[in-house]
Amino acid sequence: MILVWLISILFIGGIIAWLSERVNPYYPRLIALITVLLECVVMLNLLGAEPATGGWIASIDAAWIPRFGISFYLAADGLSVLLLLLTAFLGVIAIGSAWDEIKDRAGFFYFNLLWTLAGVLGVFTALDLFLFFFFWEVMLIPMYFIIAIWGHENKNYAAMKFFIFTQVTGMLMLVSILVLAYFHSIQSGFVSFNYHDLLTVETYGPLEMWIMLGFFIAFTTKLPSVPFHSWLPDAHSQAPTAGSVILAGILLKTGAYGLIRFAVPLFPEASMSFAPFAMTLAAISILYCAKVAFAQVDIKRLIAYTSVSHMGFVTLGVYAWNEQALQGAVMTMLAHGLSAAALFMLAGGLQHRIHTRNMSDMGGFWGKVPRMAVVVLFFSIAALGMPGLGNFIGEFLALLGAFQVNIPLTVISALGLIFASVYSLWVIQKIFHGEYVNSEFDDNHLTDLTHREMVYYTAMMIGLIWMGMYPQSFLTLSQPVLIDLISSAEGIVTSVVRN
Amino acid sequence: MESIPVEHGLILAVILFSIGLIGVLTRRNIVFVLMSLEIMLNAGGLAFIVAASRWGHAEGQIMFLIILTLAAAEVAVGLGLILQMFRRYKTVDINVLSEMKG
Amino acid sequence: MQDLIWLLPTYPVLGFLILVLTAGRLPKNIVAIIGAGSVGLSFLTAAIIATQFLSSGEDYFIREVWTWMAVGNFSPGFNFYLDGLSLVMMLVITGVGFLIHLYATGYMADDPSYSRFFSYMNLFIAAMLMLVLGDNLVVLYLGWEGVGLCSYLLIGFWYANPDNGYAARKAFVVTRIGDTAMALGLFLLFAELGTLNIQDMLNSAEAEWKVGDGLAVVAALLLLGGAVGKSAQLPLQTWLPDAMAGPTPISALIHAATMVTAGVYLIARTHILFELAPSVQELVGWVGLITLLMAGFIALTQSDIKRILAFSTMSQIGYMFLALGVGAWSAGIFHLMTHAFFKALLFLASGTVILSLHHEQNIFKMGALRQKLPVSFFSFLVGSLALTAFPYTSGYFSKDEILIAAHGLEGPGMIFFYGGVLGAFLTGIYTFRLFFIVFFGDSNAAHLPEKEYGGWNMNGPLIALIILSLIGGFFAVPLDPVFGQSEEHHVSGLLHTFMVATPLIGIAISFLIFYTKTIPVEKLMVSSFAQTLHKFWNSGWGFDWLYDRLIVFPFLWLARINRADVIDGFYALVVEISRAANGMIVKTQTGYLRWYALSVAAGLIVLITLGVLL
Repeated sequence: MILVWLISILFIGGIIAWLSERVNPYYPRLIALITVLLECVVMLNLLGAEPATGGWIASIDAAWIPRFGISFYLAADGLSVLLLLLTAFLGVIAIGSAWDEIKDRAGFFYFNLLWTLAGVLGVFTALDLFLFFFFWEVMLIPMYFIIAIWGHENKNYAAMKFFIFTQVTGMLMLVSILVLAYFHSIQSGFVSFNYHDLLTVETYGPLEMWIMLGFFIAFTTKLPSVPFHSWLPDAHSQAPTAGSVILAGILLKTGAYGLIRFAVPLFPEASMSFAPFAMTLAAISILYCAKVAFAQVDIKRLIAYTSVSHMGFVTLGVYAWNEQALQGAVMTMLAHGLSAAALFMLAGGLQHRIHTRNMSDMGGFWGKVPRMAVVVLFFSIAALGMPGLGNFIGEFLALLGAFQVNIPLTVISALGLIFASVYSLWVIQKIFHGEYVNSEFDDNHLTDLTHREMVYYTAMMIGLIWMGMYPQSFLTLSQPVLIDLISSAEGIVTSVVRN
Repeated sequence: MESIPVEHGLILAVILFSIGLIGVLTRRNIVFVLMSLEIMLNAGGLAFIVAASRWGHAEGQIMFLIILTLAAAEVAVGLGLILQMFRRYKTVDINVLSEMKG
Repeated sequence: MQDLIWLLPTYPVLGFLILVLTAGRLPKNIVAIIGAGSVGLSFLTAAIIATQFLSSGEDYFIREVWTWMAVGNFSPGFNFYLDGLSLVMMLVITGVGFLIHLYATGYMADDPSYSRFFSYMNLFIAAMLMLVLGDNLVVLYLGWEGVGLCSYLLIGFWYANPDNGYAARKAFVVTRIGDTAMALGLFLLFAELGTLNIQDMLNSAEAEWKVGDGLAVVAALLLLGGAVGKSAQLPLQTWLPDAMAGPTPISALIHAATMVTAGVYLIARTHILFELAPSVQELVGWVGLITLLMAGFIALTQSDIKRILAFSTMSQIGYMFLALGVGAWSAGIFHLMTHAFFKALLFLASGTVILSLHHEQNIFKMGALRQKLPVSFFSFLVGSLALTAFPYTSGYFSKDEILIAAHGLEGPGMIFFYGGVLGAFLTGIYTFRLFFIVFFGDSNAAHLPEKEYGGWNMNGPLIALIILSLIGGFFAVPLDPVFGQSEEHHVSGLLHTFMVATPLIGIAISFLIFYTKTIPVEKLMVSSFAQTLHKFWNSGWGFDWLYDRLIVFPFLWLARINRADVIDGFYALVVEISRAANGMIVKTQTGYLRWYALSVAAGLIVLITLGVLL
């Protein structure tokens, strides 16, 4: 029941926020903030709960469309809980970043924001595949509006590109879901979209590969991974800051979550034989996007490409499919959520002040905005994988695990660490070091971070340091889930082989 | 009185239909297009009657009544549209009606 | 009391946090007290713990703090491991570190970013302590990267000059290349041996791998890759000279006494691995030898006082690598310690010279400073003597041990020995070249300094380091429990005299060229061959040029041409095709009524035909 509450609070809050704009233009953001804070409080309840049935911490299963075997089945385990917490936390941060930035049609904006969050929560907890697809679409459409209405100069192009990419690949996933359900109905006589039932479906050979590809393409487009990544730079650079925060922080993680929860467990043999190719794509993502990132002059585009690069580590970890690699993937998801969100917020804050994202117009800002400089430095260092912060734990574990499976690809991916340092330090050099440049903007507007902003950034910094120094607290939550997933996939593989 | 062979009636209907069709396709004046449409409708009606008389049913004549009614309604609407078109474009050349292109 | 070993890095971390959070709002003397005081507290704690440890007679001591990660059988903890090796390192880091911090309170007194400087310095000390005190390779890696970060921050401290930023980034990226190799080594060790706890890992390696085992070779090679990056040895040495862009105290601390010695520490710490891979161990020796000679030649041609000392550091670390390469582990660490003393002394003294001459760093614009800057003069005298291994200075004992051990090795030992002696010869020449040009002769400065820069907080450390450089050779380093009883080597009296005399001959030659000018430099430089050689050595044997062409320019070119991301181009192509198709199909929507009617008719005819035919 608690899961239904979590999603409903966001849905209802969104509607109230939209309506409240008529009363007072400042109410929507207030209501949005209260909603998300309430959400956090409810979610903390989940943390204390013990796993009840079948390893799920919370679950609800109600019949929805019984004729087609579709049920309203939500469930959360350690992995989902971690991602839910990230979602709520970043929801607060996103509202914080939109606080002063969104003045026009604020009610509708917060409505879209909250409904996107609700969709994401649904994605992380849905275990009925039809419901999963439903929430997949729900999370997509409000985000489209956010980019298309409140975005920057090229917003329509970016929003449409984002929409088409995700929709088309989502359609592939729908086809896969339907085929899978069809096979289930043949093999066991009744139609069901339930995750547990579909796990028992036996498919072989090329057909299994094609169905898996449907899922794989949909999820790697969201991740994103080369070659389906090109919606990301446009979407991120054109989205308003709050949109970027949600996009980079959470939406990308839905892709990774989908891989871990669905793509691999549902198709173990196909995934194992596909793994080298997937890991190669991951390695290419890491290196190629690091190189492209370095060449960008638009800060947000640069950070967007670095996001693709970091998510490459996640793909690498997922397809290595051992405990270290998966934990590494999960930790990278969490840490990257915070660091990328922070960097986008900072870039957005900078754009809000000086109305440009072009790094050639910037230089020598350290003296003028020292607090911002230190914060950017912190998150850039986190992004390049400095030990002591969360990203290192994730990348190190992912590489450690991947090394046990495929050495050449791990070596190539490790080179990404070098490139990461090249572009991260370049950002700092270009913007904050060197001579002070202010020809393209008004000096007076370049103000340092306000106290309210510092609160958000400090929270994220503490989060990253916590993840870096004491990751055990996160690892224990996801450990039972991942061990189960690993062993169940092995079980299916061996049982099929035996047959 | 020997009856007229069915084939002759149908061939007449086809000829009339084609004349009407060619008229619709080639005439530039929209009034003439409308007239050609009438010819096509009547050709269809003729075909119905001929066929019905072949089988000895009365349904064909009933269909013809329906067609007549339909034609009357259609002409009423069509002439109304032609009047509007004339008011707007000051001509009854059918080629000016091309704003829906592209 | 040993339990409190966790306090050692905690004091500097607290210092760092306080200074960061107060962000320049504290008055300078409070900043100085916090900055230098935290390291001082660490040193006191370290000294107490050291005395306790040594008197306890234990071989090692472990203090567990918390489990960092526990994933499957990978469970590194934040644990401290104290033995003879880490004891020596921790005392050097905190001791010399404290002296340098104290000096810096005076050196940086006029700098507006005083607080920021000390916050970075404290963070560095904390990271370096974690590096040497960690009981597993992951904590070591944490410290390793941490010191790299602080090095970057401090080299680029004066950020307004983009050259400093460039030097800082160069240092970070070059060492990152080594760090990545090391990380791969860690992955390999874990994949094969199942643990990264240093002692457990070494025991497993000894049990499972025979001497010369391929896996041991690869693992050792990867660790060596990390070591050469951090320690500025061949082939990753190009960042060290540029790192001199940072303030002089950090050149002393990071790029002489501590961070650059991290590579030496790593190899010494995992020495069993290297013993299992003799080919790699020999490679360590070769790397050391070639670097020490290379750097020696370069130092002969430099004109910036700090760059001379930087190349000298590179060369001396080459000696340490040489020692490790021949299996003289204790000798290498011993030299690390003595080098920390006299190199820090030389750098700090050069700092005083630079500030006294108002930020002049070119030695050819100095001269005749002997009377004006007495403390610096005396510091340089003692430091230079120690550096050239003048008998009975600390450097003498340590370098002696290394060369004797090299001589005792079969195979390449002879080459190492004579190479080392040649290096000592060069050291004599370039060190005293610096000494004579700066402190003797005529002054080439714009104007002579009125007085020496600095008060007790700068001169005190100098005097302390002078004493340490002189008596440091007599310290007995407790390294036997770590490395096993070191073999006794002997060389013949003749060879020993040769070994001791060569640097002295170098000093003498330097005396003749640069002091009495009996052999004028101009005559040496007359031939074009000499000039080319000078230019070649001055440019660092062309490595920067080579790396630029091999790596940097191709990368920049590749990045620039693909700025718009060619994969996006594929999707843009899809869009273009859609548009083109749209353009073609839309032509059927002519808007003409008759056209539509015709198409209806045509379709009808087609359908009827098909219906009739099929």
